[in-house]
Amino acid sequence: MSTVVEDTPVTRRLQSVKHIILVLSGKGGVGKSSVSTQLALNLYSSSPTARVGILDVDLTGPSIPRMFGVDGPQYAVHQSTSGWVPVYADAESGEQRLAVMSVGFLLKKKGDSVVWRGPKKNAMIRQFLSDVRWGELDYLVIDTPPGTSDEHLSLMEHMAGVRSRVSAVIVTTPQAVALMDAMKCLSFTRVVELPVLGLIENMSGYVCPCCGEVSNVFSTGGGEEMARREGLKFLGSLPVDTELVDVLDSGGKGSNEEAREEFSLLSKYRKTATAMIFGGMTDGVISGLGS
Amino acid sequence: MIAVQAPPNIPNSLSVPANAPEHCPGTDSDLAGKTDACAGCANQDICASGATKLPDPSLPLIRERMSNVKRKILVLSGKGGVGKSTFTAQLGWAFAVDEDIQTGIMDVDICGPSIPTIFGIASEQVHSSSSGWSPVYVQDNLGVMSVGFMLPTSKDAVMWRGPKKNGLISQFFKDVDWGDLDYLIVDTPPGTSDEHLSIVQYLKESGIDGAVLITTPQEVALQDVRREIDFCKKVGIRIIGLVENMSGFVCPNCKTESQIFKPSTGGGRRLAEETGIEFLGAVPLDPRIGKSADYGVSFLDEYPDSPATTAYLDIIDRIKDILGD
Ligand SMILES: Nc1ncnc2c1ncn2[C@@H]1O[C@H](COP(=O)(O)OP(=O)(O)O)[C@@H](O)[C@H]1O
Ligand SMILES: Nc1ncnc2c1ncn2[C@@H]1O[C@H](COP(=O)(O)OP(=O)(O)O)[C@@H](O)[C@H]1O
Ligand code: SF4
Ligand code: SF4
Ligand SMILES: [Mg+2]
Ligand SMILES: [Mg+2]
Repeated sequence: MSTVVEDTPVTRRLQSVKHIILVLSGKGGVGKSSVSTQLALNLYSSSPTARVGILDVDLTGPSIPRMFGVDGPQYAVHQSTSGWVPVYADAESGEQRLAVMSVGFLLKKKGDSVVWRGPKKNAMIRQFLSDVRWGELDYLVIDTPPGTSDEHLSLMEHMAGVRSRVSAVIVTTPQAVALMDAMKCLSFTRVVELPVLGLIENMSGYVCPCCGEVSNVFSTGGGEEMARREGLKFLGSLPVDTELVDVLDSGGKGSNEEAREEFSLLSKYRKTATAMIFGGMTDGVISGLGS
Repeated sequence: MIAVQAPPNIPNSLSVPANAPEHCPGTDSDLAGKTDACAGCANQDICASGATKLPDPSLPLIRERMSNVKRKILVLSGKGGVGKSTFTAQLGWAFAVDEDIQTGIMDVDICGPSIPTIFGIASEQVHSSSSGWSPVYVQDNLGVMSVGFMLPTSKDAVMWRGPKKNGLISQFFKDVDWGDLDYLIVDTPPGTSDEHLSIVQYLKESGIDGAVLITTPQEVALQDVRREIDFCKKVGIRIIGLVENMSGFVCPNCKTESQIFKPSTGGGRRLAEETGIEFLGAVPLDPRIGKSADYGVSFLDEYPDSPATTAYLDIIDRIKDILGD
């Protein structure tokens, strides 16, 4: 049952990737990058042999290097005969199962802006998709910028040959302005016929550190409501978690007294309240992917 | 394949048309229309003729419109969701308290326009007349223009690439009949891309009075603000100052303050010191700000006693001072 697939460098490169998951949102700052990071970490720990890649296509605002604790001059991408070598976030624990690629690795110094118009972004994305030496991957998580514009259209265009393996997760926060953008994002997935694995409501409620009461910093429930109305799978809600902000701000760097079986980001992340909840969401994502 | 360690070099993003191929040398370059990249480019004839070293034809029209606007202020952030649109709206409402001041708000966040919702005018439409598109008025002295007014429904995605967005922005500057304005506040999308370059390009002649940068306290947001500062320096936009939003959460029940987004690297204040820009102030997180925005009412009017209101008003006074108003 082989269908005719366009043979492009992207198609060839992504041949060795089983599942590609786009993390989308419409609105900025709702937690796409943090959800992408968490999804990658959870997929990574879902099996001792799982190989996960994370591609950051937020070209003008890359957060992934920071969140994975790999943002410094020592983390640069190297060219090899078979393509760009990604940075391995788990190198610390002697493994190479968590590969990271971001435009952040190409910048000379922190704080440099990437001021690119559409065509330049399109070219960079094509290159990211075709030239990175991921090797065999079980999952490739793609973190996207806000909106539904050049980056998103380019991704869909260049991945045309591997579309049967591409799906999306939509992230929103509970406020009306975010939900509105999440709806736009859903319309986008419908227009481009991108299957949606489910919706995550992030920053839903805040558990007070002093009394443990849940107060609604940004209200709550809107995401679940939207999922029901639109016939989407609701993957769950994540509360506002100040510890998570800390872990992601530092990429797990800092003192780590644990025995070194895991890299520090993973062991720090596991201790957050959010990690517990995210485990369940990851199961939801995996079951949506089928085999 | 490009060099791996350095990002591919673009000569001058301001002069690379949105429809140009990847290696366009820039239309104002001596090589315009003559490089390998130019072969097959739709602009080749024009570029080779030298005409592109002359200014864009819409520029005189924009200059004409903008000559009626006293102050043009951009609200920028780099990161999304930090509160640019919310701040823009408070600025608009605060200016409009004075009946003699005319304010216009231009929302150039084309893929995610929140301004109509925040002002409670999401169901309005734009009307056009012989003098141009008329803005939607929140009150007599506060007009708004947004792509949100032009979509059939709010659910529709605006799946536009750069050139189309740039076209609309050019129209926003040249075709909107603002009348005489004391302030034009431009709300922007996150990032440093087409929209931002276009604003700079279209306002080059009329001038931008300055940009207010918004951030939240955590490092992930500050990183993007550093990039935005770099952008402003590159294109020559004056930075009025930096506002830190969502700094600290005051519980409505017991008034205890906690840090939801911890300033793990010193927050906006430290960043402002390091980069030599003014720190305009910090606005605490107040859940009622989100609610007011969702219902389209003015937070400043509804909750005059909130510490966030005081913070907003102090910042706005300081902005006026800096501008000399
Ligand atoms: N559940 C959460 N609780 C608290 N903070 C969060 C949560 N999810 C994300 N954040 C923080 O909010 C900020 C924005 O998240 P980010 O993932 O960068 O959003 P996006 O990629 O959509 O712009 C980051 O500082 C992040 O650490
Ligand atoms: N100080 C604040 N306290 C609580 N919520 C806020 C505050 N500032 C902004 N918000 C809410 O945060 C969300 C993002 O703000 P918005 O202005 O849309 O950001 P941006 O335009 O930068 O994407 C909105 O739901 C808004 O109501
Ligand atoms: S009232 Fe409860 S929820 Fe609010 S800050 Fe105090 S202890 Fe925390
Ligand atoms: S013809 Fe003009 S626009 Fe096209 S690539 Fe050459 S210089 Fe750029
Ligand atoms: Mg992000
Ligand atoms: Mg906005």
